[in-house]
Amino acid sequence: MPDLLDRYPLTTGTYHELLDDSGAVRTHWRRLFDQLQRSTPAQLLQRQSLLARQIQENGVTYNVYADPKGADRPWELDLLPHVIEPQEWKHLSAGIAQRARLLNAVLADLYGPQRLISEGLLPAELVFGHNNFLWPCQGIAPPDGSFLHLYAVDLARAPDGRWWVTADRTQAPSGAGYALENRMIVSRAFPDLYRDLKVRHLSGFFRTLQETLARQAPSDGESPLVVLLTPGRFNESYFEHLYLARQLGYPLVEGGDLTVRDATVYLKTLSGLRRVHAIMRRLDDDFCDPLELRTDSALGVPGLLEAVRQGRVLVANALGSGVLESPGLLGFLPKINQYLFGEELLLPSIATWWCGEPPVLAQALEKLPQLLIKPAFPSQSFSPVFGRDLSEAQRGQLAARMQARPYAYVAQELAQLSQAPVWQAEDGQIQPRAIGMRMYAVSGKDDYRVLPGGLTRVAAEADAEVVSMQRGGASKDTWVLSEQAPGGEQWKAQRTVGVHDLVRRDPYLPSRVVENLFWFGRYCERCDGSARLLRIMLARYVDGDDPQALQSAVALGESLMLLPEEGELPERLLAALLGDDWSFSLRSNLQRLQWAASQVRGKLSRENWQALVELQREAMELETEEADFGELLDFLNRLVMSLAALSGFALDDMTRDEGWRFLMIGRRLERLQFLSSSLAAFLRSDAVFDQAGLEWLLELGNSSITYRSRYLAVAQLIPVLDLLLLDEQNPHAVLFQLKLVARTLKRLNDDFAAPKETALPELVVRLSRFDLRCLENPLFGEASLRAALDGLADLLQEVADVSGQVSDRLALRHFAHVDDVSQRTVSV
Amino acid sequence: MNAHYQILHDTHYHYDSPVSLAQQLAHLWPRACDWQRCTEQQLLISPEPTTRRDELDVFGNPLTRLAFERPHDELLVNARLSVEVLARPELDFNLSPAWESTCNALTYTGRPLAAPLLEACRYRFESPYVHLKRSFVEFSESCFPPGRPLMVGVRALMEKIFEEFTFDAEATQVATPLVEVLERRRGVCQDFAHLMLACVRSRGLAARYVSGYLLTQPPPGQPRLIGADASHAWVSVYCPVLGWVDFDPTNNVQPALEHITLAWGRDFSDVSPLRGVILGGGAHDPEVRVTVMPLES
Repeated sequence: MPDLLDRYPLTTGTYHELLDDSGAVRTHWRRLFDQLQRSTPAQLLQRQSLLARQIQENGVTYNVYADPKGADRPWELDLLPHVIEPQEWKHLSAGIAQRARLLNAVLADLYGPQRLISEGLLPAELVFGHNNFLWPCQGIAPPDGSFLHLYAVDLARAPDGRWWVTADRTQAPSGAGYALENRMIVSRAFPDLYRDLKVRHLSGFFRTLQETLARQAPSDGESPLVVLLTPGRFNESYFEHLYLARQLGYPLVEGGDLTVRDATVYLKTLSGLRRVHAIMRRLDDDFCDPLELRTDSALGVPGLLEAVRQGRVLVANALGSGVLESPGLLGFLPKINQYLFGEELLLPSIATWWCGEPPVLAQALEKLPQLLIKPAFPSQSFSPVFGRDLSEAQRGQLAARMQARPYAYVAQELAQLSQAPVWQAEDGQIQPRAIGMRMYAVSGKDDYRVLPGGLTRVAAEADAEVVSMQRGGASKDTWVLSEQAPGGEQWKAQRTVGVHDLVRRDPYLPSRVVENLFWFGRYCERCDGSARLLRIMLARYVDGDDPQALQSAVALGESLMLLPEEGELPERLLAALLGDDWSFSLRSNLQRLQWAASQVRGKLSRENWQALVELQREAMELETEEADFGELLDFLNRLVMSLAALSGFALDDMTRDEGWRFLMIGRRLERLQFLSSSLAAFLRSDAVFDQAGLEWLLELGNSSITYRSRYLAVAQLIPVLDLLLLDEQNPHAVLFQLKLVARTLKRLNDDFAAPKETALPELVVRLSRFDLRCLENPLFGEASLRAALDGLADLLQEVADVSGQVSDRLALRHFAHVDDVSQRTVSV
Repeated sequence: MNAHYQILHDTHYHYDSPVSLAQQLAHLWPRACDWQRCTEQQLLISPEPTTRRDELDVFGNPLTRLAFERPHDELLVNARLSVEVLARPELDFNLSPAWESTCNALTYTGRPLAAPLLEACRYRFESPYVHLKRSFVEFSESCFPPGRPLMVGVRALMEKIFEEFTFDAEATQVATPLVEVLERRRGVCQDFAHLMLACVRSRGLAARYVSGYLLTQPPPGQPRLIGADASHAWVSVYCPVLGWVDFDPTNNVQPALEHITLAWGRDFSDVSPLRGVILGGGAHDPEVRVTVMPLES
């Protein structure tokens, strides 16, 4: 490797994480740097691709991956960690813990006696004017006086080498999950170095979080159920919610999964309501309860606040803690800390002026070109602006705006960011980029515990001065070095699980998840059926050698509503495959499949999810304009294979809990409906007398190979029908599926004490009695053969209809309460 | 001279489909204040709520929490009140300080804040229905020339709203944004109260929303009709010298013996008479009947 520093600019006036003022590599960076220097470009490339692969495989995203219309943004992670040496860490962690203690005490005062305001230490404007100061929470005292369970702070390093606080996150701090995920990935890219440098582990932090929530949850002697409340999959950090829920072992729920009865929170599961003792929320506090807080919130849990007030549930962070997320507070904290604790703050915060005091406003207006002007409250429709970016006229407008309501504005000095090296795979070198750090503290038994690590965010551009994941920046793992080997941090293995604690089923499966598993199953099969039929048509269209078979397949497609009726055949085929406006198109069904899957992502293994993402990606990449039919045929072949893989995952990869049962019932009902309605339509057509028609019917029923190996003959009506209709060994035969559905449903209905389905067993009897001999020697010739076929078609149509009704009843019985939407009422 | 009233406030929800779960918050009991006594109060509720809790909300108003956990097709909440309203002292508005100095007294200076001022600060800022905009400052500009005593300015504002706005029950709904009310120059008592709050608060002053009832007179020669009245709303503005003073912009009067106070808060959302969240229910429209009957004392 050529000298990595040759093309690494040492700019003056900023702090370099890698280099000291003389341009020499800093001591705590030396090991890592030497390793980089020793590596060949190929080795680093290999590490880099290992990293990229893991991000892709783990499905780490910032936006939502699965939303076909949303922007898929894979998580950006730099190969090189940000490194913090032990002394610096000691200072940082003491400062962060102190700050967390202070902010917790401020919350306790604001939702209690409000002495800080009456004593003049904190402006009423900053508190009562803040949309996240929730009056209905006034007077609520949370367990242990803990308002702030999880706290995050944003830090920037000034040229003097000191870290400065730029913002506090007290509402529902995000990013700790990404920090954990970053660690898992980067530590594997440098396994030896990671061990040799004695990098401190992150697991203890998350264990403390679990312990705190479990300890503070009002459990009334029950073992506490903690859930993670997410606003849902459209949130930009939904991946993190999923990831944290898995790591912490908490069910991931949405507002609609919870209900409050008699001031107690319950999770709606298939087997009834289960009490929830603690909620770790990732939902903004004013959205949490449409009864008492924001009445326009559709995401919250009506009555949650009263449950909190009655001490029946723990919410972390406490509702109302968002009030501290205002840059206006920064300047008041040092005095408050003196007042409350008699201490200096260990970490300085960036120079900030709240404009609510007339002399301060005057000063800020004078220095406008050098300052960053920010809104004091998140509800304001005002984005931060740099005074220097404004014209004279714009500055005048801004000043007028600030004078009209001075307390809503905050002036801040520009944060100066330090530069850290990032690895650039394209040109095989390191380059400096501005970084900021987000660090976390969690409330422990006696004090706050700080995460020895964090989320380091990297500016997107070489000259950028702002770091923000929303603006397309990347991230870094954060390595805190220690003097002795970190030990005793085996997080997952900590709790001893005895025989008594063994769990054989997931008792906390939300009904919503079960419903989506059911639809996931149905859409898998629906896509499979539709793909097979389209493949039959497309292959015959491309070959062009059997117009009659093509014609009969098209007729079936029409009767099954899998082919639009208008237009020329090529256009119709294209619409059936990729049509965005035709709601029965294969692509639309794939999207529904993906939607259902994304709702149940927590239940799918990584491989399973990966297969789905791949499937979706391919479907979206297909060109609608100037489609190539050969390419489309190839896609259908791969699609059928991928769907088979999903079916394999369902059978072999998933735990057979309640959710799985519903998934399988969904699959079976859909297949039964597809097979029986296809066969019914087929039997009514002339294709029954056409060998080519029978051939494609075998293909549709995925039974060509079985047929050939059994009969070594061309397709004929009676053996084909035997195989696709009555063969109880063939999973693509109607009778096989019918019996399976009847059996599965009986067991399910027994388990849930639901009324028996009588129609299905009856159909089993009728279909089993069907004698193929009536097709062999029709007593009255052609006419009676047609009559026999029509009678069979009627029976099959009945099977299809009944399976549709069964599905509706099932949904009504088990998921109806999921659909019930709560609505708000108001009267004057 | 005192006035006695009997008040009936009936709310009736008839749901299209059964409601399986409902939680309601009722602000239907009058709060105690210096100029008003409630001598009798009853809340009749059907169906019987699964739970009922009576307490004071954070603004000091009586609040009834109701939960219904059994399916029901309708909900009836009938309040029956007997209230005595006492005369309030005459105030000389010229005694109130200049509006700017009131604003300064409420502004943060780093000095300790006396309890009444701290209390007033609760009502100085944006709230769910009252967003603060420059247009409200501009609208009220003529009422607040420099140096004018606060309450004289507020009275001028009340008159201005009364004169320039048309009462129109069809013009607005609960959620009509204030800027729209300002633009269209029409609305109902709630809109006028919110508008007046926005004008006062946009100038850095403190004002709260008062919900209650108003005695109305039947047309001459006709009997008083049961249920012909409605709930009413007005505002109260804080003055460091005179205390909280009520203004009714809908009628251009200072509430006295004919206004019955129910509750106050930052705006309608804090004190709406009955609001809730229901599961199921389909379409529904509440039928509300209010009757204010003067009693001979």
